[in-house]
Amino acid sequence: MRRNLIIGAFLTAVFVLAALVSFIWTPFDHTAMSIPDKFQRPNGVHLLGTDHFGRDILSMIMVGARTSIAVALVAVGIGMGFGVPLGLAAAARKGTWLDEVIMRGNDLVFAFPSLVIAILITAVFGAGAINAIIAIGIFNIPVFARITRGAALSLWEREFIMAARVSGKSATRISFEHILPNVMNLLIVQGTIQFSLGILAEAGLSYIGLGAQPPTPSWGRMLADAQTLVSIAPHIALIPGVAIILTVLGLNLMGDGLRDYLDPRLRVSRA
Amino acid sequence: MLNYIFKRFLSLIVSLAVASLVIFFVIEVAPGDPAQFMLGINAQPDTVAALRSELGLDVPKWQRYLGWVGGLVTGDFGTSYTYRTPISTMIADRLWVSLPLAIYALTLSTVIAFPAGIYAAARRGKGGDMAVMGATQLGVAVPNFWFAMMMVLIFAINLRWFSAGGFAGWDKGLWTGIHSLTLPAVSLALPQAAILARVMRSALLDILGEDFMRTARAKGLTRRQALWRHGVRNALIPVLTIIGLQFSFLLAGSIIIEQVFYLPGLGRLVFQAISSRDLIVVESVVMLLVFAVITVNFLVDLAYAAVDPRLRSRT
Repeated sequence: MRRNLIIGAFLTAVFVLAALVSFIWTPFDHTAMSIPDKFQRPNGVHLLGTDHFGRDILSMIMVGARTSIAVALVAVGIGMGFGVPLGLAAAARKGTWLDEVIMRGNDLVFAFPSLVIAILITAVFGAGAINAIIAIGIFNIPVFARITRGAALSLWEREFIMAARVSGKSATRISFEHILPNVMNLLIVQGTIQFSLGILAEAGLSYIGLGAQPPTPSWGRMLADAQTLVSIAPHIALIPGVAIILTVLGLNLMGDGLRDYLDPRLRVSRA
Repeated sequence: MLNYIFKRFLSLIVSLAVASLVIFFVIEVAPGDPAQFMLGINAQPDTVAALRSELGLDVPKWQRYLGWVGGLVTGDFGTSYTYRTPISTMIADRLWVSLPLAIYALTLSTVIAFPAGIYAAARRGKGGDMAVMGATQLGVAVPNFWFAMMMVLIFAINLRWFSAGGFAGWDKGLWTGIHSLTLPAVSLALPQAAILARVMRSALLDILGEDFMRTARAKGLTRRQALWRHGVRNALIPVLTIIGLQFSFLLAGSIIIEQVFYLPGLGRLVFQAISSRDLIVVESVVMLLVFAVITVNFLVDLAYAAVDPRLRSRT
């Protein structure tokens, strides 16, 4: 469905743009407190209102988008950076001890509930955005390793790979020159999904105080601050939540749309 | 079959052993000495040393590891550094909250997801399907702790139907307990239900294309009868896997929701133990959670093999 792709890409673009623009301009300084202006509902001056310190919520959302996007993006990078080579290696050496070790290692990481890993890491190395990235990133590794291996295995049976082997290319070269380009579509789609999961995970970690630390703004921490004030000023809890939902929704729709768009077989079966 | 069970059991044991090593050594490299932390920065070195030996921190690492694992096997989880109470009692107390909560949430999620998924599959491509799929897209995107906050705002603060947090305890009666777990369970169930409904729908759609479904129609069953008698039952296999995974996720993943509602569950226990550097509690609870996940996966695999003989040979 092309419509998913367009809506998803639009929503994603809005938040990426908001994050980028926040580097050079925000409506107000996101740290500037102004107690007389506290708890303002959305209005002409403060488009999304103000929080309990009179800070402009729109500015905080824009700067918070930076944190969410950066954490989720680097976490996906870690997942792909380690997971894809592992998956390629496992597929190239299918059935050997290497394959076995990689796959069992994957299962093991999967057995750790992701939130528990994150908490364990932050327990050991302290709370903070960097450790949140590592915690989320580690959990991405088996995801990418598994889908890379799965897709690569079926490619190894194909004739063009046979041809490459006959021409004397090493397994490593075949993996990177022929297998990798052919699994790229799949990785992009999975990347979008993991990106959206990363945003949710970052929000959750920051909410319980294990993610980004003050003064780094983060949507999850905005929600944590809002928790006790939700009855006085519901909008300060509502707005960061809606920002998270729209971003995640946008990424998921984009992922679905990309999958349908990039996979010609699905297009045929739909027609 | 026996061979299959044996192989799977062996890999279960290896996984548990590796997991315990990973957890133990991750905690070992944690900066900060628990004894020092408990006594404060002004403590005399000899007091710290005395406490270290009392806590058993002065014996070699590998001995402590073996002692810890040996304790886990025999049900002796050690003693909390901070509370000086046996960890097994602490865990047992918390399980009385976490376990019912997980079961409650899973039940809700299944009750919502089954009809939604079956309905969407039956009306594939039509308005009803679109509506359900749209709702699940939204359900997956909503952070459960935010949804929890909104429910507190509506049902606890405005309507006053539920309390905003805390757990009344089971000794005040089953109903009171269930009542105070309702909002947390609903917040946990929502995203799970969205995922489960999608799995149910796609599993059913796969089944609907099978030859035996055509046969069922050909022998005179209506669409609805064929769907219920042959479709849903066959779609249960992938759905059961997801339910198994979700159960272990709910047991461990409710940390944030427990935090929102101030529930004295396992998640909060880990969280508090981390804050007070009570690392032996962290170690044991995390190991218990991993044990639960690995064991549930093992049981799901066995259930598969029991249901579907084709899987037994495919080790």
